[in-house]
Amino acid sequence: MLFFTRWKAAAILITAFLICLCAVPNFFPESTVKNWPSWAQRHVVLGLDLQGGSHLLLEVDSGAVRKERLQGLADDVLRVLRQARIPFTGRAIKGNSVEVHITRDTDVDNALAKLRELSTPLSGILGASGQRTVDVVQSAGLITLTPTDAALTERIRQAVDQSIQIIERRVNELGLVEPTIQREGVDRILVQVPGLQDPTRLKDILGKTAKLDFRMVDLSMSAQQAIETHPPADSEVLDGEGGAKFLVEKHVLVSGADLTDAQPGFDQRTSEPIVSFRFNSSGARKFAEATQANVGKPFAIVLDNKVIEAPVIREPILGGAGQISGRFTVQQVNDLAILLRAGALPAPLTIIEERTVGPGLGQDSITAGEHAAYAGAALVIIFMFVTYGLFGLFANIAVAINVAMIFGVLSLLSATLTLPGIAGIVLTVGIAVDSNVLIYERIREEVRGGRTAINAIDAGFSRALATILDSNITTFIAAAVLFYIGTGPVRGFAVTLGIGILTSLFTAFTLTRLIVASWVRMWRPRTVPI
Amino acid sequence: MRLLRIVPDDTRFDFMRFRRISFPISAMLSIAAIFLYFFHGLNFGIDFIGGTLIEVQTKAGPADLAKMRSTIGGLRLGDFQLQQFGAPNDVLIRISEQPGGDVAQQQAVQKVRDALGDEVDYRRVEVVGPSVSTELLAYGTIGLVLAIGAILIYLWFRFEWQFALGAMIANVHDLVLTVGFMSLTHIDFDLTSIAALLTILGYSLNDTVVIYDRIREMLRRYKRMSMPDLLNVSINATLSRSIVTHVTVAMSLLALLLFGGQAIHSFTATMMFGVVLVGTYTSVFIASPILIYLGVGTGRMGEAEEPEPPPEPQTQAASRPSQRVRARR
Repeated sequence: MLFFTRWKAAAILITAFLICLCAVPNFFPESTVKNWPSWAQRHVVLGLDLQGGSHLLLEVDSGAVRKERLQGLADDVLRVLRQARIPFTGRAIKGNSVEVHITRDTDVDNALAKLRELSTPLSGILGASGQRTVDVVQSAGLITLTPTDAALTERIRQAVDQSIQIIERRVNELGLVEPTIQREGVDRILVQVPGLQDPTRLKDILGKTAKLDFRMVDLSMSAQQAIETHPPADSEVLDGEGGAKFLVEKHVLVSGADLTDAQPGFDQRTSEPIVSFRFNSSGARKFAEATQANVGKPFAIVLDNKVIEAPVIREPILGGAGQISGRFTVQQVNDLAILLRAGALPAPLTIIEERTVGPGLGQDSITAGEHAAYAGAALVIIFMFVTYGLFGLFANIAVAINVAMIFGVLSLLSATLTLPGIAGIVLTVGIAVDSNVLIYERIREEVRGGRTAINAIDAGFSRALATILDSNITTFIAAAVLFYIGTGPVRGFAVTLGIGILTSLFTAFTLTRLIVASWVRMWRPRTVPI
Repeated sequence: MRLLRIVPDDTRFDFMRFRRISFPISAMLSIAAIFLYFFHGLNFGIDFIGGTLIEVQTKAGPADLAKMRSTIGGLRLGDFQLQQFGAPNDVLIRISEQPGGDVAQQQAVQKVRDALGDEVDYRRVEVVGPSVSTELLAYGTIGLVLAIGAILIYLWFRFEWQFALGAMIANVHDLVLTVGFMSLTHIDFDLTSIAALLTILGYSLNDTVVIYDRIREMLRRYKRMSMPDLLNVSINATLSRSIVTHVTVAMSLLALLLFGGQAIHSFTATMMFGVVLVGTYTSVFIASPILIYLGVGTGRMGEAEEPEPPPEPQTQAASRPSQRVRARR
């Protein structure tokens, strides 16, 4: 156990040295590290609890996605049956399905064949997965179309992907530094913004779907009449500013998707804050056609199902540009311009978890963590020295290298350091010491058993190492589980605890042994000073 | 230099005698802990029951709790608590989960922000909606069960099944007592508590495994020694290590407890109780003696056909194959 070949000793020292070296970038300011080659830039990232910032977990409204999918399917059914000239009645959305009743029994087979075409194979990760997008079931004249769960999940997945892109654009427009935006599970998005102290505006921006439509106001009856009786089939009543109600056609003339640009500004005459926008070519053409046909009539600008304003078309708008002015504040105009430029979310997002830490608390936590680490290390170092003397000193060297290696590995992984993570490192000092304690106690025992010094050291190591392995694996399993189930700070604890166990195993099996072996070779001791 | 010997070298303490006391005591304490859990309850944090937690620091002078209480009370947000947190100008505001799903939680925070205005710094704002809190609780529970299961399987592979079972009983005992402690002290029970419980599990097992390792070694070496004697020798042999290690861990934890700040205070307090107090006691007084009841070592006597190796001739033992070679039958 105490014999090391030259190259083996060299390999151990070089490994330890290289891993420690990885921790170096953490000790230089960011501006210095930036000029280093990219492979040398990896460093520990401070968690939001230490550097301050906002953590928002958003959930895509899967109910809305489902509803939209059903509405789309119902529209498809209408289109297909009309094209095939098959008469039908009772097309309706019932629960999670679309139902349609085919009037003539002779048409049923034909209708079924046509409607089955709506169901396409769902492409899985490895090509066709055998699943289809829609289940089509027929009983007598009634045909039921149900989107499959797999297809809906796929839809939600797509909605999340789109949302992530749009959120990225919105967050970047706000000028926030180094935001992280990532998918969590199937229908969730995690947004983390370091240094953001008050996320109110961010939440406002993320919480808006920003679905902008230009539609005609339905003048066939007043909004009040429509509420009291029943609105026409192709129109709906929407809220406006200050409790006003509008009866608006469901048909969309031009949507926000056709915008190419939106900028905040001021109206030249009234100096009200406005958003001026520009359509792309197809949007401009559609808008021109619609305004030409409807001169003298009001149209509605609808944002997230709310009428912002309903101006009367005085003349055809052919230039493809326009402006929205609806009693906005300057801030609202800025936000609206950002939202319109970034595009509409495919489905509403809900904030289901928020964790914001101010910079003051973060700094306090760093200071607290540092103090605890120094105090813990000092106590342990003194205690080890008092208990094991020279060997205690060896243990302390091993522990110091161990902590440096933890930082090295954390840097290499660009891992996040949280306050519980610091606690994990402090605890690791306890674990790393334990390996040495196990070895030394075993050596003491062997000495008592009457062995010679070198013999006792050798036996102490070989017997203790098996125990060290066994006992550390159990703690490592706990750390692994914690990493798997934990989020944020807790995961940070699992990371440092896990890495700490690995590095302390490494030091116990190689470094401590090497140090003791070198000492034995140099001094040829007759007794063990332990 | 004379080195510190916390445990004298020739300690021969009869731990096994205590099993007639330690088992009933542990049983009683466990029952008490379970009673506490059901009748006193745990102080569940927002991670598990949802709601809002806001830590504010007043900008001018110490916080006026009464005024703050009436301000927030005026918002009609249901149950809420105000608590001094560390410094006199630090206040922790807890608001229970609002009816009306995830959106309602956000509205409540906004109301509080509007009401308290610029007089305070917002050091921390945490909002956990109902969907997340349910999940976190489920994940936490699953995690604990999973960890216990995984460790059991590992121990079962490395040792005999009795050892795995003994370790599990000891562990569940640790967790139950720690939960009882958390109920009694009304420490916040949140995600970090789950982390603390898992770490306690890991550490306590670590300790148990060290003793079990020694017991296994002794079982192979002394085939005729009676079980209680063998356990006693094993525990005494590892006692010094147990104590030194727990002193170092306790020192690390003490440093965290004193200097680590409020944010991890409940975490370290729980660990201190679980690792240092319960974990050590359990490995010595529960995990080891229970092996007798689980039938470890019965039938050894009959098998030992070969002459018993001379007691502790350590010089001879050196020529044995390394203990790492597993000698399972």
